[in-house]
Amino acid sequence: MTYVKPAFRHPEAAVNKIGFTKKDYEGALSTLCAGCGHDSISAAIVQSIFELSIEPHRVAKLSGIGCSSKTPTYFLGNSHGFNSVHGRMPSVATGAYLANKELIYLGVSGDGDSASIGMGQFVHAVRRNLNMVYIIMNNGCYGLTKGQDSATADYGSINKSGQTNLFETIDMAGLAMELGASFVARSFSGDKEQLVPLIKAAVSYPGFAFIDVISPCVTFNNNKGSTKSYDYVREHMDTVANLDFVPPAKEITADIESGDTQKITMHDGTYLQINKLALDWDPSDRISSLTKLHRSRINQEVLTGLLFYETDRKNLHEILNTTDKPLNALDYADLCPGDLALQTINASLR
Amino acid sequence: MSRIEKINDCVIRFANVNGTGSASANNLFAKSIFRMGVPVSPKNIFPSNIQGLPTWYEIRVNEKGHLGRRAGIDVMVSINPQSLAKDIKDISAGGYFVYDNSKPIAKELLRDDVINIGIPMTEICAQNYADPRQRLLFKNMIYVGAVATLLDMDMNILEKMVGDQFKGKEKLITPNVKALNLGRQFLIDHFELPGKFKIEQRHLNQDHILIDGNSSCALGALYGGATVAAWYPITPSTSLMSAFDDYASEYRVDPVTGKKKYAFVQAEDELAAIGIAIGANWNGARGFTATSGPGISLMSEFLGLAYFAEIPLVLIDVQRGGPSTGMPTRTQQSDILACAYASHGDTRHPLLFPNSPKECFEMTADAFDLAEQLQTPIIVMNDLDLGMNEHSSPPFKWDDNRRFKRGKVLNAEQLDNLKEFGRYLDTDGDGITYRTIPGTHPTKGSFFTRGTSRDEMAKYTEESEPYLRNMDRLLKKWETIKTFMPGPEWQVPLSEQSNELGLLYFGTSTWSAIEAAEMLNMEGLHFDLGRIKSFPFQDTLNDFIKDHEKVFVVEQNRDGQMRSLLINELNIDPAKLIAVLNYDGLPITAQYIYDKIMSHAGYASSNSNNHHDLRKTSFSAS
Repeated sequence: MTYVKPAFRHPEAAVNKIGFTKKDYEGALSTLCAGCGHDSISAAIVQSIFELSIEPHRVAKLSGIGCSSKTPTYFLGNSHGFNSVHGRMPSVATGAYLANKELIYLGVSGDGDSASIGMGQFVHAVRRNLNMVYIIMNNGCYGLTKGQDSATADYGSINKSGQTNLFETIDMAGLAMELGASFVARSFSGDKEQLVPLIKAAVSYPGFAFIDVISPCVTFNNNKGSTKSYDYVREHMDTVANLDFVPPAKEITADIESGDTQKITMHDGTYLQINKLALDWDPSDRISSLTKLHRSRINQEVLTGLLFYETDRKNLHEILNTTDKPLNALDYADLCPGDLALQTINASLR
Repeated sequence: MSRIEKINDCVIRFANVNGTGSASANNLFAKSIFRMGVPVSPKNIFPSNIQGLPTWYEIRVNEKGHLGRRAGIDVMVSINPQSLAKDIKDISAGGYFVYDNSKPIAKELLRDDVINIGIPMTEICAQNYADPRQRLLFKNMIYVGAVATLLDMDMNILEKMVGDQFKGKEKLITPNVKALNLGRQFLIDHFELPGKFKIEQRHLNQDHILIDGNSSCALGALYGGATVAAWYPITPSTSLMSAFDDYASEYRVDPVTGKKKYAFVQAEDELAAIGIAIGANWNGARGFTATSGPGISLMSEFLGLAYFAEIPLVLIDVQRGGPSTGMPTRTQQSDILACAYASHGDTRHPLLFPNSPKECFEMTADAFDLAEQLQTPIIVMNDLDLGMNEHSSPPFKWDDNRRFKRGKVLNAEQLDNLKEFGRYLDTDGDGITYRTIPGTHPTKGSFFTRGTSRDEMAKYTEESEPYLRNMDRLLKKWETIKTFMPGPEWQVPLSEQSNELGLLYFGTSTWSAIEAAEMLNMEGLHFDLGRIKSFPFQDTLNDFIKDHEKVFVVEQNRDGQMRSLLINELNIDPAKLIAVLNYDGLPITAQYIYDKIMSHAGYASSNSNNHHDLRKTSFSAS
């Protein structure tokens, strides 16, 4: 169905290709703490969807519980949203995705929501290869319950009350790669230049696209000694590559792959051009990417950028071989076999 | 010794070893009786095990159509040495003990008040079949042939059954028929047939079908338009989901592309299973899941979300013995309170109580309409006895003029013509509000679904006033729900006398309760009978209880959960409701209900403190 553009626009506000202003993608006013990394990620999501010229109602936002899971209220106000149960966003997203393969699913979760209570669901969402974007707003602590360490807090990181974390950390990007995720990235809420192309790439990617975004908690985990503070991440960030997101129409400058560039072609003709900054790694090789990630952890670096991608995995609908028409659009005639078939069934039961 | 002499009225029990292929032979035997036009009710009593433990298959044959379980075994077919000693004890005096005497059994085990029929089944198999696997399997057919002969059954029907069962595997028909006849011949050659104890051809099954409740629910889901089926394996609900997949792979595949018009997903646990079903419904597809007691516990948090966020959902609970892992392969009706009030906070869920395969089919199909019309989870309260055993049922019917009732869902055009959309705005005054499906309209009708308190416009709020308005609207909706749910079913009174006694029952307790009422009627104890078909309860149920001095409530759990629910919801004087409870994991019997009611002394004097304790002194009719 085609829709008429919204009637009113600020005369000077920039519009995207389908006539929407950036404002059309904004949400309610955030109630998170001033300076929260999550708000920057929300802004990056708004900008990405605006720039991709996606109609707002083509996106469904889903989240679990926690500070990060509150954010879908603060972006894409014209999209349906579902703030579900703690740690259970992946299953709700699975059901939603099964119902309608044509929408874009944007799942937002936190480190508590995904790495602890929802670990099982996260793992299985990756295995099922939902066609969705899965963003973890990772601050290493439980913000909404006042700063307890989370499972992604680094070993030895010191929290606001001066306690040192004595448990091993869970690296969600590494885990996702290990589980067979086909698009794995890490970014930093303070680096919009990197984050926006990554989100755009993830949205365009036809499979499970995971972005672990380090997003400092200004209130409970931005102190000296914390490995998830703004200062620490800025000092230790190592970027594997810059990413250019190239729409189908645009000519790309370096279409011949060389040692330091790679391109990924999406189904819609979009290209992702990876300009490698670190040359000791191949983003299309899972082993190489995992090795790079492990090495960076030993070197106490926060490795960011598109860490790994793979283009030939089947998504859940392809695995299940569902019809092209979305399941929620099938009607009575498609679904109900009718009385005649039932009488045949009856006859077989006598 | 007096022998049992009855025509078309007996209980036959096969005692087997799990995993020896006995199930299909036993089923063939039961279905042959069904095809002889005689009412029959087979029940599997099986262990939580794949191979090795004892398993029983019990068949009640009853010309009058009483098909609840009956205690007392007339024919015991004992193939399992492990359970043999106990099996012999269970036989009614004058009954028959059929066993494999290839190896001699201890003489002291044999009873002299039953007719012992030793057949060297293992030996016969060894003489006639070379392959060890065949020897094991055909032993089953040998005892089927022998017992069918003992009961003077029509062998043509059995042989035709073999043909039907092995359709497509024709090579297996001849050796199976041979095994049947080997058993038959041995019996004829060595024993005198009982004559007056037999199964005779009748035409009492009309156009009935023989099917289990789980397959019937699966068909209901297929016809009800379910497209997203998510589940986690748990006995006794697993077979429901696999039946859905089987039916859907036959009736829901595009013949041209081979693509499926449904998604069937084995989830990582019950939490994910219900989460997937909720996500699908939120997005406009009919999603469902099935589980059993432990799954209900795990799903409780999500049920609260679906109740509060008002998301349609169909959940089928195939109840088993609880609590905890309980008796995973035995039956109970013990999840009633857990389902009615599942989840934290003030929650209530509509329940449906099917009592037959036909109702499993209809109620499941209806549940999909109800869930969308009422925008809340609907729980179908199946149980292991109904779900996993075959029952004689009226055939299924479908009205081809019927269409899915999607409830209050707004499309793009309706949104364009609407002044204001508020997801939780009660514009019709029935407590049910309008919803939209994601992707409907670029600028109108989007809203945020959450389990947190919100106002009518779906905006987050922690203010008391909008929270109270919402909670109270949900109560109003609960009243509307009552008008949608099927009311109780009343039986025509057996006696014309004005009855002071009422008998209430539901689900699989129905058949034994009705039979017990007939037995009690013979004793001069007249009951009015009512079957509860749904929760919330309607006023007519309240009236029934008010109109009777005493009402017995028959259920298969320890704590009288339905009785508690009636007392709580209808504000009934607890002294008025007397619980008749069976919770040993086996389907309730008429004799048990009869005994409990007969031995109950309390109802004559309503001041008794032990009004629901049925182990009291014997009953005296007033």
